[in-house]
Amino acid sequence: MWMSILNQLLQGVMVGGLYALFALGLAISSGILRFVNVAHGDLIVMVSYLFLSLVTGLGLHPLLAAVLLLPLCFGGAWLLQRVLLHRVVGQGVLPVILVTFGLSVIVQNGLQGVYGADTRKVAALGFESATWSLGGGVNIGALPLTIFVAAVLMIGGLDRFLYRTRRGAQLRAIADDVQAASLVGLPTQRLYGLAMGLVGLTVAVAASFMAVWTNFDPSAGPNRLLIAFEVVVLAGLGSLWGTLAGGILIGLAQTVGAQVDTAWQSLAGHLVFLAVFLVRPQGLFPKY
Amino acid sequence: MLFPPHARVWTGRLLLLTLVVSALVAPWTFGPVHLQLGTQMLCLLALAYLWNLLAGYANIMVIGQHALVGMGAYAFYGCSVLLEWPLLQSLLGSLVVGLLAGILMLALIFQLRDAYLAVGSWVVAETLMLACTKFDAFGAGSGMGLPLDLVKRLGRNPTDRAIAIYTLVALVTALIAVSVYLLMRSRIGLALGAMRDNEEGAASIGVNTVRARILCFLWAAPLTGLMGALIALQKLRISPASSFSMTDWTIYVLFIVVIGGLGSLEGPILGTLLFFVMREFLQDLGVWYLILLGALAIAVILYEPKGLWGMLRRVLPDDLLPLRHRPPQTKRKPITP
Repeated sequence: MWMSILNQLLQGVMVGGLYALFALGLAISSGILRFVNVAHGDLIVMVSYLFLSLVTGLGLHPLLAAVLLLPLCFGGAWLLQRVLLHRVVGQGVLPVILVTFGLSVIVQNGLQGVYGADTRKVAALGFESATWSLGGGVNIGALPLTIFVAAVLMIGGLDRFLYRTRRGAQLRAIADDVQAASLVGLPTQRLYGLAMGLVGLTVAVAASFMAVWTNFDPSAGPNRLLIAFEVVVLAGLGSLWGTLAGGILIGLAQTVGAQVDTAWQSLAGHLVFLAVFLVRPQGLFPKY
Repeated sequence: MLFPPHARVWTGRLLLLTLVVSALVAPWTFGPVHLQLGTQMLCLLALAYLWNLLAGYANIMVIGQHALVGMGAYAFYGCSVLLEWPLLQSLLGSLVVGLLAGILMLALIFQLRDAYLAVGSWVVAETLMLACTKFDAFGAGSGMGLPLDLVKRLGRNPTDRAIAIYTLVALVTALIAVSVYLLMRSRIGLALGAMRDNEEGAASIGVNTVRARILCFLWAAPLTGLMGALIALQKLRISPASSFSMTDWTIYVLFIVVIGGLGSLEGPILGTLLFFVMREFLQDLGVWYLILLGALAIAVILYEPKGLWGMLRRVLPDDLLPLRHRPPQTKRKPITP
């Protein structure tokens, strides 16, 4: 009995990795671009559908499709920023929320029109059901572990990029004070595009993993957004490793809730978020 | 110049008056089918005014108001069916529950700012909806229909019921519209206008910014709950999917207000009219209808942030329902040296 509980808790921690991946893009867009992209969840779902089309429509190997998605999403996000979002970034709260909200509605209904409302999943040649044994009756899914490791690698990579490279320093500069940054000659618009491109990269990774692990349908976007939002708020403004902690917290909460009753899964996550938020509204590891 | 400016304003006021009068005499001039359409329009108009009060005037952008609608609907069901209260008391019950839910939401999200507040309100809305699906007495996940004897209390036949519901909704909508107007003409409205222009400046001259915002939210919350109860009465059922529907009570309302004109009294009316005209002609397009709506909203925000009313306002010298405060005219003679 304890073994199965331990396995479930381990599963919850691994789910946290996926949630951290969801949240990473939102953390970048809220930390550097200073806006909350309400369409974030829907963009993840859209890329999942893209992944689905690449694997089933074009018959590509899932790994190849995932690698192909990376530059595609980087470019797509960069384009989104340069064409649409740059008009509303920094202009106050209302336009940004309304534009991204409109975008969310468009993406959701567009996906429904193109792909239909059925739930989908991408089959990854049996990898998704493989389990590895850690000994002593503790089993861990190969896919969840891979996702967790990928989350850690991505967070570590982004952390290094932001804090150890010149470009990262420039990005942090525009996050701190964009007007001062442009005064010293930084190309702010191009840097915003780069930041959004990074968001696209995280979305590509998160979406590919999500498509293999869970079912998704056109209306699954808001759910992902809410999870990503909760993780970002729990992590604290500016913290990247905090998203891992926040993701694990929410993942564990959901797993425990699911043990009580499957219908309690989402509610448990939300309740834990609200409880932690009330006690510590600035997040667990705020940098600012 | 086809019309002199002041004639245009008075034409506009006349049109508005015609609309209001036709809405008032509708029970006598329209049949039950049209009355139901009118009821839907007035429901959305009322919700639009309430969201406009929050987002347009008080600058609290919430996208979780569908939770208050749902809580009001469930409270109404609880009061009228489970507690077997009379109709009026049940409506009052939904007012109270709307207020309580509003206080809860406010307490949770007031610390957040801007977009975080918006998504935070969405989280609270989602939590409230999920919580309501846990109660079997309210039909759990699939909801419950309103019992027949409750429905019969409104009227013996469908026509009487349609008239009764329409009258109720029209009364509440009128109450909401008039109260928003009066609120905006009062000191609170002046405070909100000052805060909109420059929040720090307003605070430095003594405007209690927190109090003004909280008052607006606590005014809008119970009325949203009441609208939820009326919507449940109209739909004759409560369910998580329809009472807490984000599409119906947040997305559509958002688009109506934004496209019609955020932060104005005439905007929601324009937005509601446009919305229903579009629905009549474009509903067959299915998902493309919402895509078009979303694209239209984005275009409006990018190019004409004040919406349709903003466009019209440029050719009018004054609002149809003026909210401006003119300084008092002094009767003293000027001091001559």
